[in-house]
Amino acid sequence: MKVSEIIALQNEPACSHNKEEKSGCARPKPGATAGGCVFDGAQIALLPIADVAHIVHGPIGCAGSSWDNRGAASSGPALYRTGMTTDLTEQDVIMGRSEKRLLHAIKQAIDEFSPAAVFVYTTCVTAVIGDDVAAVCKAAENLWGVPVVPVDSAGFYGSKNLGNRIAGETMIKHVIGTREPEPARQIPGIRVHDVNLIGEYNIAGEFWNVAPLFDELGLRILGRLSGDARFRDVQCMHRAEVSMVVCAKALLNVARKLDEKWGVPFFEGSFYGIADTSQALRDIARRINDPDLTLRTEALIAREEARAHASLESWRERLRGKRVLLYTGGVKSWSIVSALQDLGMDVVATGTKKSTAEDKARIRELMGPDARMIDNGTASALLSVYKELHADILIAGGRNLYTALKARIPFLDINQEREFGYAGYIGMQELARQLALSMESPVWEAVRRPAPWANTKVIGLPLTAHEDSGAPDVRNGRTQESGVRYG
Amino acid sequence: MAEVIKRSKPMSVNPLKASSSLGASLAFLGMRRAIPMLHGSQGCTAFGKVFFVRHFREPIPLQTTAMDHVSTVMNSDENVIDGLATICEKNHPDLIGLPTTGLSETQGTDILRLVREFRATHPQFDSISIVPVNTPDYVGSLESGFALAVTAIIDTLVAATNHVGRRHRQVNILANASLTPGDIETIKEWCEAFGLRPVVLPDLGDSLDGHLIEADNTPLTLGGAPREEIAAMGESIATLVIGASLDAAADLLRARTHVPDYRFDHLMGLDACDRFTMTLSEISGVAVPARLERQRAQLQDAMVDAHFMTGFLRVAVAGEPDLLAGMDALLHGCGAELVAAATPINSRVLAGLSCRQVHLGDLQDLERAARSENAQLVIGSAHAAQSAERLHIPLLRAGFPIYDRLGCHSRPWVGYRAARTALFDIANLVLEHHHDTPAHRSLFWTGGPREREVSLTAS
Repeated sequence: MKVSEIIALQNEPACSHNKEEKSGCARPKPGATAGGCVFDGAQIALLPIADVAHIVHGPIGCAGSSWDNRGAASSGPALYRTGMTTDLTEQDVIMGRSEKRLLHAIKQAIDEFSPAAVFVYTTCVTAVIGDDVAAVCKAAENLWGVPVVPVDSAGFYGSKNLGNRIAGETMIKHVIGTREPEPARQIPGIRVHDVNLIGEYNIAGEFWNVAPLFDELGLRILGRLSGDARFRDVQCMHRAEVSMVVCAKALLNVARKLDEKWGVPFFEGSFYGIADTSQALRDIARRINDPDLTLRTEALIAREEARAHASLESWRERLRGKRVLLYTGGVKSWSIVSALQDLGMDVVATGTKKSTAEDKARIRELMGPDARMIDNGTASALLSVYKELHADILIAGGRNLYTALKARIPFLDINQEREFGYAGYIGMQELARQLALSMESPVWEAVRRPAPWANTKVIGLPLTAHEDSGAPDVRNGRTQESGVRYG
Repeated sequence: MAEVIKRSKPMSVNPLKASSSLGASLAFLGMRRAIPMLHGSQGCTAFGKVFFVRHFREPIPLQTTAMDHVSTVMNSDENVIDGLATICEKNHPDLIGLPTTGLSETQGTDILRLVREFRATHPQFDSISIVPVNTPDYVGSLESGFALAVTAIIDTLVAATNHVGRRHRQVNILANASLTPGDIETIKEWCEAFGLRPVVLPDLGDSLDGHLIEADNTPLTLGGAPREEIAAMGESIATLVIGASLDAAADLLRARTHVPDYRFDHLMGLDACDRFTMTLSEISGVAVPARLERQRAQLQDAMVDAHFMTGFLRVAVAGEPDLLAGMDALLHGCGAELVAAATPINSRVLAGLSCRQVHLGDLQDLERAARSENAQLVIGSAHAAQSAERLHIPLLRAGFPIYDRLGCHSRPWVGYRAARTALFDIANLVLEHHHDTPAHRSLFWTGGPREREVSLTAS
């Protein structure tokens, strides 16, 4: 990939991060860098497309430690969970045999798995040795008649976020608009509308909490990037009436280009929290501008909110006033903040490393003018803020999980690898349950308590033989300071 | 005995291999107050971190030289120098491990020269050990990368000496990548039972065993082999080498220190345990303690009890060569048969396996062999769960990574007690998946009273 193309991708006009000063895009500092690479980001964005053969073209480092390690769920095919890599050898790299190996690998994938399409991910080594992956993909497509899509995602191009964008750009360039959708099944008395979801990954199946509501409203999810998606869903995205960008700025480029090229309008929303879920449904109805849909949406929201509030009542009592330290790196912050506030919790600080001035203004609006914003997400910084603000729980990505547990503090994981879904009205109950489960656990008291002998100066005082009382023999003025009696 | 089948497919499906860079990182995680820094793009480290965090359920110190597109094309020497300086300044570790990756090796990095250059330009950090090791991920696997790092640690920390036996109760243990923290604990207790003082390289039993510490958090390892102890390995009376992958490391240690070594391919199953016990007894001059005698007798009893389930049991095993060799011995010793085996790289132990063929390949190869050989049990990492499910047979989890169960990293496999537990587990899996003979319902029952009875066995 050319440097100019990378720069073009980093410049996303629809992204509010473009307009104001931003802090998250400095070059990574050797010896002090965390986070994934472009390949990681591209894989996150595309791997959930379930009926595609995802081939990682490179040596084992890239796929070996990352295949089948994410929680995106599929309602049908499980091909995306099959790890595939060209697993290059030294001979391949030195002798220039990797392109040939790739071509045969694509053939193997098509023969063995009959995929809807093949995605080929370029990695660092294959980019450096100059493999023409695009040409190999084109040749393979011509030979075997299955779509073969090159994803130019060498890790050294940059961050995970850029990888998301490259993935989106690849879909725009090679996939979206290559098929026309089948007509939607008619529902009596209801006009069916087509919508896209972008940046929703169905982690732990959480979107299935919300999907039935779409069915009920007569909203067909025509295109998805990429939770529980099929290749054909992505192909048809250009025919939707509206796109919702879910909780992620990284794929805004897809939404914007869908708008520019095919006139599909988009908005940003979230399914975390009662208020945001309702808002998302309202926004969809508003963009589609069908009065009947709007009426039905309002009725559904009223019903679901009442149900959700009723079921959360007991949880609220337990969670009210509890203090949360939230560190998400920035982008997902407000939607989680609003979910936590729905539960009556007090978000005392939030991460803003990747947030813009606009984001920060919105956080202030939500959390009040005294909201503490954290730019430094290192373990020690988070722990010191946690202590300073007397927080009751830390909510962050899985990378920080065991750091928090080592420090003996309650934790909730909100990242890709988590095992619970929190989306939608129903997901709120799971969120509340998980929060209470960690905060109310008896283990915290047990692990903070020092051993009973920690303050005892006398160690191993022997019992005197033939002693009637059974009490320890206190000799030579030695006493047990803790006052504990051994016997 | 076993024929080694080389890779013939262009594509690896459901890889069994993890990279040598990760293996080297793991070895460094067994050193005290240490941190590995991978020389590559930041993703190499991020993936590795997630891999180990999910397996061990522990925070994992791991850094990166963060090569970006400019340093990849122009030169990444500065990344290494800057990265080392940053870690030295911020974290003051005892040791920094510096494995390379496919990216930096393809670029042609000279990691040894870069460490020399860092030494020349940053004398203020002379007290911090830096251990470079070449581990491109297109060569070898986790096991071989781990072994290379062990060799590199010896090369860096152990001076050429002739002080054998100056510490007359001290023995060196070289521990291969397949040994869990639980294994290391077992081996230490084993040595201590003979009044010996083990120095383990690397000591994952002390760093990744999963224990809460006083401090809230540290950017370095939570334990591990102290650098000074490794430096004094030359004063031990003997070296015990566990795993064929550590041959080269053992050769180097012996050449440097002249400490006599005793080599074991593995410590699994009765015979291997007996050999190790005998060796410890000979080295220490101490008779085998009664408690080991009892553990041995318990294992023998378990072998007898379990043989009804383990006898003729057809087992498929996927794992690195050292683990495979140990599993083979354990299975063979209780009458089970290794019928399918897959391993990511070649090793001298493979030819000695009891199975007919061993595939240098992936989990797809294992699954196919297991199917054609009618295997009844799979032994492998969590990644083998999908295969076991498709084969409709149980899985015993062993190796890397295991992220869908707790405690696998602390589970020991070596020693009498662990062998007993493993046999019980295998037997229990067999019992749980026992298939009763399906009931036969006679055609003569049609129309009679038996046709109307409610079957208790029908599902």
